[in-house]
Amino acid sequence: MTTDTETPAAASTAKQPPSRAARAPKRRSWLGLWFVLPFTAVYAVFLLWPMILGLYYSFTDKSLTGRPVTWIGLENWAEAFGDAKAWDSLWNTAWFTILSTPPLVILGLAFALLAHRARKMGWFLRLSFFAPFVIPVSVVTMIWVWMYQPAGGLINHYLGEWGLGGDRLWVFQEDAMGSVVITTVWWTLGFNFLLYLAALQTIPTEVYEAADIDGANPLQKLWSITLPLLKRTTALVIVLQLINSLRIFDQYYLMAGGGSNLSPENVFIQYIYNAGFVGFRVGYASALSYILFVFILIVALVQFRLLSRKED
Amino acid sequence: MTAVQTRPPASESEPRTIARKRGRITVGTALVYFAAFFLAVLWLVPFLWALSTSFKTETEASLGQPIHWIPETWSVEGYRVLFERGDHLAWMINSTVVSTIVTVLTLGLCVLAAYGFSRLDFPGKKVIYAVILAGIMIPPQALIIPLFDVVSALKMVDTYWGLALPQVVAPVMIFILKRFFDAIPRDYEEAAKLDGAGHLRILWSVILPLSGPILAAVGIFTFIGSWNNFLWPLLVANDPSIMTLPVGLGVVAGGYGLFYAQNMAAAILGALPLLIVFMLFQKQIVKGVAGVGLSR
Repeated sequence: MTTDTETPAAASTAKQPPSRAARAPKRRSWLGLWFVLPFTAVYAVFLLWPMILGLYYSFTDKSLTGRPVTWIGLENWAEAFGDAKAWDSLWNTAWFTILSTPPLVILGLAFALLAHRARKMGWFLRLSFFAPFVIPVSVVTMIWVWMYQPAGGLINHYLGEWGLGGDRLWVFQEDAMGSVVITTVWWTLGFNFLLYLAALQTIPTEVYEAADIDGANPLQKLWSITLPLLKRTTALVIVLQLINSLRIFDQYYLMAGGGSNLSPENVFIQYIYNAGFVGFRVGYASALSYILFVFILIVALVQFRLLSRKED
Repeated sequence: MTAVQTRPPASESEPRTIARKRGRITVGTALVYFAAFFLAVLWLVPFLWALSTSFKTETEASLGQPIHWIPETWSVEGYRVLFERGDHLAWMINSTVVSTIVTVLTLGLCVLAAYGFSRLDFPGKKVIYAVILAGIMIPPQALIIPLFDVVSALKMVDTYWGLALPQVVAPVMIFILKRFFDAIPRDYEEAAKLDGAGHLRILWSVILPLSGPILAAVGIFTFIGSWNNFLWPLLVANDPSIMTLPVGLGVVAGGYGLFYAQNMAAAILGALPLLIVFMLFQKQIVKGVAGVGLSR
């Protein structure tokens, strides 16, 4: 990563190699700092400082009520590790991640394969599959909660009509987490779909022509050409998806209540939010935040490795 | 997956390109088109149902059974009530202001910084770049508690700046822009340098004109991301008059009870601005996902 800052491109395009060496010390000045300073300042105030502050608060009894802060050592951490409700909500977050990641990755790939083949409908398919991704989460949940309604809701109506449930079956109540997953798949699939579609378009057709001459059938081509070539994309899609799913909050928060049996404390970010903004316990919430952070960091480190390898 | 499997073996003796040149439609291709069309329509069902409901009378909407896709009585009552109440329009304006501030600042600050990291050498450069890149791994959601503390200390709760500034920190955009700038050959700048142009001038008149697509991608993505941001605006905007559209719809409009036609009218109006943005910039967005989504 660090070597990239001395761009190889510069070396190869410089007309006279010796002059670059001569120029190098002159370029090294404080000027560059002024270019990166504005961003770095905002970054420091709104990201670095909160990170440090959060770590500090996690060792204190800091409260939203603004009473003086006292250092309480590892108390918050000890409490967090023994807090059954916190682990419940963490498990629920994990459960959501386990349920939502496979369909989001597999359907994303399947839809992209379809769209790649059905090129003449490309515009329509991209519109239909990706459009949900650009709309606000509250619009998404408003529409889906309405569709999940027991009486007058579209989904239960058709389920009933096809003999898949009684008149009063309420998808949303029977399996609330499943309903959140379905909604999430509809909402965010488009992103993975586009990642896969872009990757498919970079595969040269010659590869397939060679396989055609060898008499490979479509399934063989998918299995031994397309999928291996999409390995890197798949790795990235999975990692990005895991990170996003672990951060579930918005749609869950909005769908909890409204007649569902989703417990309002059932995902981890919600639990942190409640500890901090309902219970006013900033110190405890900070410790919880760091636990979430570590989980996501583990996944993100994989992503980071994938990214830097690409840059080589 | 189904797409490829359903193609009959018979058509495989011929290379695909030849089949396509002759304009032959195989059973497999027909099935692919049918499956794709079916799924695309299925994916539009929630939109269509919301649209249909929004034009019904409240009585018809709440009655539900039997399902009418076409309203029996067309009514714009839901929309009328929405406009009369007026808060929807205010949220839309708030969202526009906040997203515009975020997008302009992100583009400005990230372009400057990316140029600095790409073209200039200065003390501490590697360390600063490494620290910023490490920020890619930090989930903003894990920072909400201390961030709220910082923003309230700066007296920015319930202000546009409080909503916008924390969203400007987008280290991944620095990474994307720097990588793009790195790939621009230095030859282009040599002439400008010989003319005595400074770095700001080179950035403005050499680098930026070559960076149109990437700037569009970064800009559009920042705008969409900011427009749809929910958790942070939920925390920092308590006054309904400063709320953004997603928060207003989720928190306030959700409390109006079971007025389905009105709710769906709000949903349709809430979806519309970005759907229009999407249709206008579909090409850039599709390309942008590839770049910003970092698949390539």
